[in-house]
Amino acid sequence: MTERDLAQGVLEGDRLALARTLSQVENGTVEGKSALSVLFPFTGKAHLVGVTGASGTGKSSLVNQLALYYRKRTKGASGPAKGASISAERVSGPAKGASISVERASGPLQGAGPRRIAIVAVDPTSPFTGGAILGDRIRMRDLAGDPEVFIRSMATRGSLGGIASSTAAVVQVLDAAGYDLILIETVGAGQSEVDIARLAHTTIVVEAPGLGDDIQAIKAGILEIADVLVVNKADLPGVENTERALRGSLNLAHPLRLAIPMPNRFMHHGKLEMVPDQPSVPDASETLWVPPILRTVALDGMGLPELAEAIAKHRTHLEATGGWKRKERWRLQTELDLLIQNALVEGFRLRLPAGAYEQALEDVQERRISPNQAVEKLVNGTGKVT
Amino acid sequence: MSDRKIRVLIAKPGLDGHDRGAKVVARALRDAGMEVIYTGLRQTPEMIAEAALQEDVDAVGLSILSGAHMALVPRVLELLKVNGQERVKVFLGGIVPDEDVPLLLKMGVIGIYGPGTLSDTYVNDIRNAIMAANA
Repeated sequence: MTERDLAQGVLEGDRLALARTLSQVENGTVEGKSALSVLFPFTGKAHLVGVTGASGTGKSSLVNQLALYYRKRTKGASGPAKGASISAERVSGPAKGASISVERASGPLQGAGPRRIAIVAVDPTSPFTGGAILGDRIRMRDLAGDPEVFIRSMATRGSLGGIASSTAAVVQVLDAAGYDLILIETVGAGQSEVDIARLAHTTIVVEAPGLGDDIQAIKAGILEIADVLVVNKADLPGVENTERALRGSLNLAHPLRLAIPMPNRFMHHGKLEMVPDQPSVPDASETLWVPPILRTVALDGMGLPELAEAIAKHRTHLEATGGWKRKERWRLQTELDLLIQNALVEGFRLRLPAGAYEQALEDVQERRISPNQAVEKLVNGTGKVT
Repeated sequence: MSDRKIRVLIAKPGLDGHDRGAKVVARALRDAGMEVIYTGLRQTPEMIAEAALQEDVDAVGLSILSGAHMALVPRVLELLKVNGQERVKVFLGGIVPDEDVPLLLKMGVIGIYGPGTLSDTYVNDIRNAIMAANA
């Protein structure tokens, strides 16, 4: 298949073409790049929802239940329109190389929720062998056989930010293919795997009881990127402690809208203390999003309707405050910067005389020059000794 | 990165619940630098073919200890073909009686690896079959 056939197949809902395009894009091939260029005008419609959190908090199970919840609701709500959410139609173009044009039933209906769901599940690549075990599908067997759900597993292939460097491009292809909601599950993330916040409109951070004390909750990193906080496995003991630690951390971050109302007069060591009135910020309630903290049990679906509602609310909030556009711009800027970097490095390596890089490395190891001097020599002189 | 990774789906069709062998194979393929999608227990042929399609895999490994291989394997092969994935290589592990081996190979299975098989054997077979198909 040529890239035009591939891209056309993606737009028409051909699942094999979609799967193959995703591989080409993931492998960074020429075919993948040109398919992406054809598909790019059709992107920008999907709601991208990231799901991150430590290993074993139940991300995969939660993603499974969330997708299941949306699909059940859609099947229950929409009658005859089921399965007809994408109507592809080639606008006749008699000119040579006719441009591809697709007419779609207009985007996701507000309130009706997403109809077609894609899941991108990322697992780590071994730094030693380059291999990977991608096991997120194990928890997603409930979704098998649903033609409106597409699940793709990805390995990080050396990226350290919790997703692969090609995840953004893979998501674009799924967006162009007409999936309204794309759930992106990161690798089991610790504290600094925060790339997902740049990719997704809405980031869900999943915690579970018993994974750390309240100092974990005030460290920088993963909690800062949460738009929705989920305490999964809420049937386990200790859920109150986890929730309290998260709430305490949030109150520090959003003092103007305390999640727990505090009295402004209280007794302290027998003395009456008064808290001065907080300066009221009139538009704070409109622009500030305070991440809700929700309890779920992914195994039986408890708390899923509330989670779906929080995701929808966040979307509405983004659209009302201009956050949707801002996030998109941030994402595209990140992508553009990365591509420029890659192109420059590739060009630089191509121009480098054979052996110059190895020579520089040798010089550095023998302590003849410092790494900074080596870079100067390589970049300025394109490998020539100055 | 433009190097092509070999992607393999490892699945356990049917009702037996012993997945030790499947996990060992998954791990060996991972150590050989492949990306292994592991789907877990009790998969139907439909689920396996669907996962193979969505993941655009190069090979599918089936672990069957229930004795139902003569029913399950042809069904998986047929569904792969229906989906346009006839180029996907299928290999087997588990308990397969000797007399069934020629029949299965004739259907298009590239190899049958019972208990005791060295991991190098199937790693090399899979890699060679995929390389030959893409050449």
